[in-house]
Amino acid sequence: MEKRRAVVSVIGKDKVGIISRVTAVLAENNMNILDINQTILQDFFTMMMIIDISVIDHLNKLRDELELVGEEMDLKINIQLEDIFQAMHRI
Amino acid sequence: MSIAMDEIIQTIRMVQMENLDIRTVTMGISLQDCADSDFYKMNKRVYEKIITYAGNLKSVAEITEKEFGVPIINKRISITPIAEILGNATVEQAIELAKTLDKAAKQLGVDFIGGFSALVHKGASIGDETLLKSLPRALSETERVCASVSVATTRTGINMDAVQQMGFIIKEAAELTKDHNGIACAKLVVFCNPVEDNPFMAGAFHGSGEGEVVLNVGVSGPGVVLNALRRHPSADLGEVSDIIKKTAFKITRAGELIGRVVAKRLGIPFGIMDLSLAPTNAVNDSVAEILEEIGLERVGTHGTIAALALMNDAVKKGGAMASSYVGGLSGAFIPVSEDNGMIRGIIEGSLTLSKLEAMTCVCSVGLDMIAITGNVTPATLSAIIADEAAIGMINKKTTAVRVIPVPGKNEGEMVEFGGLLGRAPVMGVNPFSSQKLIDRGGRIPAPLQALIN
Repeated sequence: MEKRRAVVSVIGKDKVGIISRVTAVLAENNMNILDINQTILQDFFTMMMIIDISVIDHLNKLRDELELVGEEMDLKINIQLEDIFQAMHRI
Repeated sequence: MSIAMDEIIQTIRMVQMENLDIRTVTMGISLQDCADSDFYKMNKRVYEKIITYAGNLKSVAEITEKEFGVPIINKRISITPIAEILGNATVEQAIELAKTLDKAAKQLGVDFIGGFSALVHKGASIGDETLLKSLPRALSETERVCASVSVATTRTGINMDAVQQMGFIIKEAAELTKDHNGIACAKLVVFCNPVEDNPFMAGAFHGSGEGEVVLNVGVSGPGVVLNALRRHPSADLGEVSDIIKKTAFKITRAGELIGRVVAKRLGIPFGIMDLSLAPTNAVNDSVAEILEEIGLERVGTHGTIAALALMNDAVKKGGAMASSYVGGLSGAFIPVSEDNGMIRGIIEGSLTLSKLEAMTCVCSVGLDMIAITGNVTPATLSAIIADEAAIGMINKKTTAVRVIPVPGKNEGEMVEFGGLLGRAPVMGVNPFSSQKLIDRGGRIPAPLQALIN
């Protein structure tokens, strides 16, 4: 099967347990994290993860679960296919 | 190659804070095989074909926008110019067909269906005449049907008889919808040099050179360009062009990717990317504000044409590098009612109708979504169209007129059209008559530019 990857981005006010909650959702869905990058930008917690989504057909379930975490922790969580970033930033 | 964090943040910022979106995915459908001497058979076939071909357009577009995290604002349909299949149908039947198209659009959940159109730049056939006569009622009795009429091309000259007729049609369409500020006119475009694969409304139609079915995509992103320029306040104009070019490149690449995915999932060919910068009434999503950011106190002042020419050219250069198939109108749109900066320019007196006309010489379309006084005469409307057609004809480019003579409103009043169509201050027209020019009728011959063989 062709390798499909998605980017999970998490942005919001820093607090305890963000990475734990987000990665727990990914683990429950059997998602492997390929790359992870986290920093604090102007007091804002910012995290980008690249995950392998070859094992699932669509992102709906994952998106819903991540959005739920986002609402609970007051974070903005997006999940997008990696292709869009490749198209915009790589020739 | 892996993607850097700042690149991911840049894309997210473009979408969430700067209004980057895919403005429209437009499915072009040929209706040529629906023609029939029996109107009722044709009417039924048209409905069934559109419903069948575009059945999944909305759902596929919605799934795809979620996956890529870039919104697709409009899902639309363009069809074979209806005049070409009308045959011997009556005016009443043409209106009924418009209602059928409206019903299909509503059934599918698409916001507009374009192609209730006639190409009469050299002359009108029986079907063309029927369609033109049906236009005022067809547009005022439907919600989502868009119409366009081609009255001129560089190759044929200007059909001034059709131009004259359009003056009356626009006036009548406005009167029939006077309770809604003449909204029917917002769905009617008069073209010079129309293109066959334009995905944008109200001027979209599926030209006769097109295939059975195709997906065309229009991106947008004035807000992204504006914010990119704001980060370089002291760049010289060469650098300004470069910033716009790079931004347009990224926007176009996003659009092409998503367009191709939607087309593939629908099992139809991808047609073209239209590179137009189309403004909306969202904060900062304005072409006028880009021109002001380049260095004008208010849009419409001296230097506006130069800034617009620079911007329009840079958008094309960036976009052309990003997509293999560029088409449609591809340039900057300068609609008034959909652009907060243009509205402000008019209210503050910096932007006039004459300046807007001049701007159409260097941008992709023409006088667009402009409200004018309700007491304008049909001859003056025709003369406005003739001027725009002449600009397009001589400069070998598309020009268009979409003006709304708002019944009962005078210069300076504000009118609301609602939704994407926005609001506009009513503009006055030149009080002197053009009646004799229009009454002469006939055809303005094709210019020397047409003799290129």
